[in-house]
Amino acid sequence: MRHISIIFKRELAAYFNNPLAYVLIIIFSVLSMGLTFVIGKFLDLNDASLTNFFLFHPWIYMIFGPAIGMRLWSEEHRMGTTELLLTMPISPWEAIVGKFLAACVVLAAALLSTIPIVVTVYILGSPDGQMIFSGYLGSFLIGAATIAITCAISALTRSQISCLLISVFICFLLVLAGFPSVADFLRPTAPWLADLGNAISLWWHQSEMARGLVRLQSLAYLTTLIAFCLYLTSVIIRSKRA
Amino acid sequence: MTNRQSRPSFQLARMIEIHHLSKHFGPKVAVDNLSLTVQKGQVLGFLGPNGAGKSTTMRMITGYLPPSAGSITIGGVDMLDNPNTAKAKIGYLPESAPLYADMTVAGFLSFAAELRGLSGAAKKAAVEKAITTCFLEKVRSQSIDTLSKGYRHRTCLAQAIIHDPEVLILDEPTDGLDPNQKDVVRNLIKEMGKTKAIIFSTHILEEVEACCTRAVIIDQGKVVADGTPDELKRRALRAGSVHVKITGPGAASLAGDLARLGHAGRIEDPVTADDSFQGTVYPKAKTATGALTTEIYDLCRNRNLTLSELHEEPGRLDDMFRELTSQNQV
Ligand SMILES: Nc1ncnc2c1ncn2[C@@H]1O[C@H](COP(=O)(O)OP(=O)(O)OP(=O)(O)O)[C@@H](O)[C@H]1O
Ligand SMILES: [Mg+2]
Repeated sequence: MRHISIIFKRELAAYFNNPLAYVLIIIFSVLSMGLTFVIGKFLDLNDASLTNFFLFHPWIYMIFGPAIGMRLWSEEHRMGTTELLLTMPISPWEAIVGKFLAACVVLAAALLSTIPIVVTVYILGSPDGQMIFSGYLGSFLIGAATIAITCAISALTRSQISCLLISVFICFLLVLAGFPSVADFLRPTAPWLADLGNAISLWWHQSEMARGLVRLQSLAYLTTLIAFCLYLTSVIIRSKRA
Repeated sequence: MTNRQSRPSFQLARMIEIHHLSKHFGPKVAVDNLSLTVQKGQVLGFLGPNGAGKSTTMRMITGYLPPSAGSITIGGVDMLDNPNTAKAKIGYLPESAPLYADMTVAGFLSFAAELRGLSGAAKKAAVEKAITTCFLEKVRSQSIDTLSKGYRHRTCLAQAIIHDPEVLILDEPTDGLDPNQKDVVRNLIKEMGKTKAIIFSTHILEEVEACCTRAVIIDQGKVVADGTPDELKRRALRAGSVHVKITGPGAASLAGDLARLGHAGRIEDPVTADDSFQGTVYPKAKTATGALTTEIYDLCRNRNLTLSELHEEPGRLDDMFRELTSQNQV
């Protein structure tokens, strides 16, 4: 625990000592709220609900998650500090978890920056508080999953740009897999594939939670995905040294 | 450093033990069945041509690279079984002196101290001591990405000694330092070597003579020489050869007489003039230091010749290094 918190503090400082984290948070905030107002026709719908707002999140995370996570190990490999970190008397998983948690704080800060839209729906009407909570929970878990995926990819390469591109591609597939048009296309020919697509799709889980449906299946899938990616990171780090 | 008396050399605590260590990268053998033991109070200079496997060996000793075969024990603790206990005993300066560019010098050292388990006042004291020891006062609050190369190297060295480890592994610790700082670091290594077990690699052979109690030369992953710097010097082909210049009546025909001396082998580069001879007399194998010079001196005295030059070559590490490692070069 002590080691995790030491790594966590360093990584957090590295994020916030640098304009990148602030820029990303602002972009997230503007995009998620802007898309909701402009494309989601938030005000015209006259519906005190944030469902549309949350449905934009997976698409934003597709790039936002990799942008936050790409430096986690790539930067370490590029500077050569992996050699320093892994010869300290700590376990690699402590470093992995510490770094992941720091990235999750950036994610949480980005979500916090969207408070104005919550205030707006409360002014417009009387929204379902539980639905807002489940939307935020889903959003956080999906964001964390994109960060965890990026974390594993970043352990593979010293180039942040390669990490970004590969991770965006993987996240894109994971979002798209359960998108209605894809599911509708698959269902007539291979219904099982459509179901599988839904089950692994970040978009599908988010669409459920945005409507207030927090399923055990969603929570289990997302936490397992995160845990698996962090485990994969440790395997990659170990095998890179062999 | 410490005011304590240096430990007597008979106290043989085996701090670093590596047995039959090998490392393969695909088909390439970087380290080949290497065994070494370093005791407390020993400073081992690790030499070898580029690509010999020095850094790879050090990366295995510090637990960064897993060995393909063999064992590593640090202060009695097995690196593969108990990596964290073993790593806690080691301070490591990697070859490239990696640092977190986004931190300040003091911030980075404080981070390193925390990872080493120090906190509160002990941490502060350790950071201050490392800053003083490595002369980093001037840059303590400077961001690492703006440091010059020498300061970066010293900051990384400070990180290696921050927890006062029993074992130090330093990969080219004087690389990139100015002559004054090279000297400071050499003295530091020498001083710390009294109470620690140190392995450091270098390409500067004078450094080995200046601060090592022992030198190991490796080539293509294998040990090709192991001994005190003096022992190794004497293994150079020219070591023990005596350069003479003798003048006096009959000196011109001296070559034959010199060659017949008990300890003399061949004579090289003889130059004879009217009444003088000069050249280099090589000793026979296993001749003790000084035996050949004594014979030459006696010969000249008996014949009333003037010995105007007499110089015994003590042997040079770079000769020996070249002789041992050059046959494998492409
Ligand atoms: N990760 C790696 N993958 C493949 N080969 C490697 C790897 N690391 C080192 N090698 C090879 O192992 C050999 C030993 O390298 P090493 O860095 O240990 O040499 P060195 O003695 O430290 O050389 P130098 O004096 O140049 O620092 C080299 O031939 C190198 O190319
Ligand atoms: Mg090297």
